[in-house]
Formats: sequence, C-alpha cells, structure tokens
Amino acid sequence: MTILAVAEHDGTQVRSGAYSALTVARDLAKNSGDNVELLVLGSGLDSVAADASRFAPVIVADHPLLANPTADRYARIIANVAKARDAVSIIANSTTFAKDILPRAAALLNAAMAGDVTGYSVGNGELLLRRPMYAGAAMAVVTLSGQPQVITVRASAFPSAGPLDQPGERTVWNVDASTLPNHSEYVGLESRPTLRPELTEARVVVSGGRPFRTSEEFENYVGRLADALNGAAGCTRALVDAGIAPNEWQVGQTGKVVAPQLYVALGISGAVQHLAGMKNSRVVVAVNSDPEAPMFSIATYGLVGDVRQIVPELIRELGK
Amino acid sequence: MKILVPTKRVPSTDERVRIRPDGSGIEDASLAYMINPFDAIALEEALQIREQRGSNVEVTAIGIGNADFESELRTALAMGADRALRVDFDGCHDPWSVAQTLAAVVRREKPDLVLMGKQAVDDDANQAGQMLAGLLDWPQATFASKIEFVEPARLSVARETDRGLETILIRLPAVITTDLRLNEPRYASLPALMKAKKRPIETISCQDLGVSPEPKVRLVRLEQVTIDRTCERVADAAELVHKLRYEAKVI
Ligand SMILES: Cc1cc2nc3c(=O)[nH]c(=O)nc-3n(C[C@H](O)[C@H](O)[C@H](O)COP(=O)(O)OP(=O)(O)OC[C@H]3O[C@@H](n4cnc5c(N)ncnc54)[C@H](O)[C@@H]3O)c2cc1C
Repeated sequence: MTILAVAEHDGTQVRSGAYSALTVARDLAKNSGDNVELLVLGSGLDSVAADASRFAPVIVADHPLLANPTADRYARIIANVAKARDAVSIIANSTTFAKDILPRAAALLNAAMAGDVTGYSVGNGELLLRRPMYAGAAMAVVTLSGQPQVITVRASAFPSAGPLDQPGERTVWNVDASTLPNHSEYVGLESRPTLRPELTEARVVVSGGRPFRTSEEFENYVGRLADALNGAAGCTRALVDAGIAPNEWQVGQTGKVVAPQLYVALGISGAVQHLAGMKNSRVVVAVNSDPEAPMFSIATYGLVGDVRQIVPELIRELGK
Repeated sequence: MKILVPTKRVPSTDERVRIRPDGSGIEDASLAYMINPFDAIALEEALQIREQRGSNVEVTAIGIGNADFESELRTALAMGADRALRVDFDGCHDPWSVAQTLAAVVRREKPDLVLMGKQAVDDDANQAGQMLAGLLDWPQATFASKIEFVEPARLSVARETDRGLETILIRLPAVITTDLRLNEPRYASLPALMKAKKRPIETISCQDLGVSPEPKVRLVRLEQVTIDRTCERVADAAELVHKLRYEAKVI
C-alpha cells in the first residue's frame, strides 16, 4: 500500500516544505512497509516532475485544467489517486494550499484528517498524532479512525528529506477532463514582491508590530534589520489589518507558523495568537518600550527601549 | 436568497486556557464563551449581503451542540440573524461530524450560500467548510477577505493565501470560509440581546436530520504547553549583538 505525499511546487521546483512532509511519509513507511509516492499536480510539469523524482517515485497529474490550484479539481484528483493506490495516508506540508484542498479530498474519501501535526508516535498499533490547539496553548494527542488518514504537517517541526541515490520512477496519471468539476474560475494572484527569503524557510525572521505606522516606516526599520541579518520580514495582525503589510507576512495562529534559529520581535506585545506562530523559534529577541510586555516572558534576550532608536543601533552594530 | 451561518461556541479569546490535570480536556467550569470570531465575521458578511441586496435575503445562524449553544445563537439573533437553528448534539465534535451534520442541514434548508469561519479558535482545525463543500460537491472559496457579487449567482472572492491574495470566481450555491480581514463584526446591543432572549430557537435532533455523526478524530489527551525560556535582559544594542554572535551563535 501507499503513503501519498502531495507536493506543492512553484511551477519549476517542488517547494521545500514538501520535503518535510516526505520525511514523515518515509518514516511512517519504514515502520509499516508501505511505499511512498509523491503526487504533483499542475500543468507543464516536466521540470517539477524531474525535481520531485530525485526524492521519491512521482505520480504526475499534468493537464491544462490543473494549471491553477483550484480545490474542486485538485481534491478530486487526489482522492482518485488515493483510491487507485489504496493509500493508507495522505501527507502534505501545512500551507494554505493543503489547508484548502486536503479537507475536501478527505471528505470525498470519507476520511479523517489532522492538520498542523508537529509530532507523532505509534502506540498499540495506532498512530498518535500531536497537534496544537487553542492557539498553541495546548497540544492535543489524537488518533484518526479509518483509512486513509489525511495529515498535514508543520514543515518547521520536521527535517527535510534528502534525495535518493537513484531517481524515482515517474508515472503519468491520466487526467480525465470530462470528470473534472468546474466549480471555480481562477482570476489571479496578487502579492507584494520581496527579495527576502520566504518566511517559513528563513533562518532569521524579523517581525514588526503596531509601532510601525506606514509601509515606509516598516521597510526602514523591520525591512532593513531583516536585510542586515539576511532574514525574512514578518509582522503582527495589527499591521496587516492597517494595510501596512500584506497578509502573507503575518505570523501567528491565523498567519504563518515559523520556527527560525532567530526571531526578532520589534514592538510586539506578545498576544497568544502571535506567539502561536513563533514560540518554537530557537532564540527569541524582544525589543519593546514596555518592560512588562508579555513578549519578554517568552524571549531569550530582552531589550527595553524605543524601536526607532534601537533598530538603527542594531544595524550599525551588525555592520561592525 | 438563503444564507446559512454556522456559529460555534468557543472559549472567549480573552480566556487563559487551562488543561485538566488528567488531560481529558480543558477546565471549563468558569470559562466565558463567545461566538467563534471567524463565525462572527461570517455572520457580519451575511448581514451586509442582506443589507445590500434587500429583504429577500434570509440569514440563519446554525448551532450544533447542547442547549448551552443557545447563548451564542441568541447573540447571532441580536446581531441581526433572521432565524436561529440548533441541531441538538451532545457528543464531541470533529470537523468530519460537523460537516456531515451541516450537509444534512443544507439538504433540509436548501441555502444558496453557506458562510462560515475558516477555523474555530478552539481546535484550530480549518477543515469543516472544505469538507462540507466536498460532501455537497459545491464550489468552495476558503480564507475570504473580500466577497463581491458580479452576477446574481456569481461571486468574486479574494482569498488570503501564503502566496498572496488570490481571486477566484464561483457560482452559487457555494461554501465560503472567512478570514479575519473580511469585515469588522458589529456588536449586539444590549436591547437587542434582551429582545433576542424572547425569540424562538428552532431545535432539531440528529435523528430528525437523518444523521448520526460519528467523530473520526479521537482525542487521546491534551497537554498544557509551557515555554521554558528565561529572558535575559540586555542593556543595549551592542550587548545584544554580542550575545547573538558569541553566546547564542545564531548570527
Ligand atoms: C481570532 C484571532 C486571531 C488572531 N490571529 C493573529 C495572528 O495570526 N497573528 C497576530 O500577530 N495576531 C493575531 N491576532 C491579534 C492578536 O490578538 C493581537 O491583537 C496582535 O498580535 C497585536 O499586535 P501587536 O503586538 O503589533 O500590537 P499591540 O498589542 O498593540 O502591541 C504593540 C507593542 O508595541 C510596543 N511599542 C509601542 N511603541 C513602541 C516603540 N516605539 N518601541 C518599542 N515598542 C513599542 C508596546 O509596548 C506594545 O507591547 C488574532 C486575534 C484574534 C482574536
């Protein structure tokens, strides 16, 4: 039987988070003796399939009707592949791509799902999955009944899988266009271009909170410090709501979850919903003018002061 | 046009969640509860659609749970919902059983649109809407931060994704799940809350709906998450950079 890892890609390469999902898939397969296959969906997938096959045998669902990741079609294909392969589990990295599509696929398969899994163990032949609840204030241990089990994992919680010695086989999945749903029409994607590393993959993340009142100010302080550290820039919900930063930069319960080596929180109070997205960072620095700010209680290093004064000093010190 | 808005009862986001010593759940004796914030946003959007499109829009708030859920349904009525319907259910929920139950409600109520929160802030699952759309074979638009009618039965929805703001067009009937930036929910005024106390809440059993929602996710235990870091206060930028370089060795 098969453990199916669904890999998100950028049209050329598999996104790195998928390799964390693959690590989990391989580990589960090691215990159960199942095969691991990667599933890629899209249009014009030659380069993606080649990239993916370095890591595992690949099932390639390549069709113009799959050019954009619309949940209705992708979920249908994933469910069909899972049935054909008699999949015991379907695993993907926990991104909005998987959060949109996999629950729908689970429903088509009459399957249970656990999202944002950060750890697991096997007890009494059952897979015990650990996942955060209550904005990360609690960790739940759950089991899923029935098959397949649909699981999304947090990439930050698992190492990336390495390539195979020999590339895996590539299997073409025949997409029957006449059976594909036509529920939504893709219009486009709007994002704020940035040359900085992707938030969830960066070694260093510098995030800003409410004290930054304009996009320029955010750029001048948070952006510049991020650049000085070769890091990504993130923010709190306060700045996204105010239109100062785009939503894809939000860290937290309802934004992205990051766990970099270093997280620098500039003028962030430390609400639980924000902590949910960053508290597993290895080293946390808090800079805040309020010595009582809750952010300090989870920080490794704390510096009390005005971010407008401290950030330029930090940039100067880093240049020394 | 009929809009259904599922409203889940969750511990208030101002509450500190404590786990029972035996790990079987949270200490719920003295907790304050609220409508799941994302569901409140969904309700607000439904009310705004009614305000824009006129009185032929009917907004029904749905609760799935025991009689305690009526307090959130009354808040929904006070905010402006036309009707409130509670599916009497005393078991434990998982997204699967919620989706099954909602699918049965949809078959009975025949709405044009189900507007619901993208996740509930208790289990943070982010699945029920997508599962419901899958069960019904309806279009779905998740994580909505803008909803516009382009035709009477066709909507443009802006979705908040990790890659940016994605726009899709969907036809009704459909399921839409809401993100935080869609709107700012109105408050239920005190007089409206008083009035809502006297309004009827329709109650229906799972049996009458023809479903027996069996959860597929079993909670083995809950653990409290504590962070053990002791914050070392540094005097200035120079000391901080020194520590990061030579003590923590992260830069
Ligand atoms: C359902 C729900 C989901 C949510 N999801 C998220 C989420 O995913 N991510 C998220 O971030 N939030 C989320 N929130 C919001 C969260 O509760 C907080 O409101 C938010 O994180 C606060 O952002 P902030 O720290 O920037 O602002 P504030 O709480 O206002 O804090 C600003 C901080 O800056 C400090 N400060 C002010 N001026 C200066 C200065 N000159 N120099 C130094 N320090 C200064 C202040 O002392 C204060 O500590 C959510 C809320 C809800 C209800």
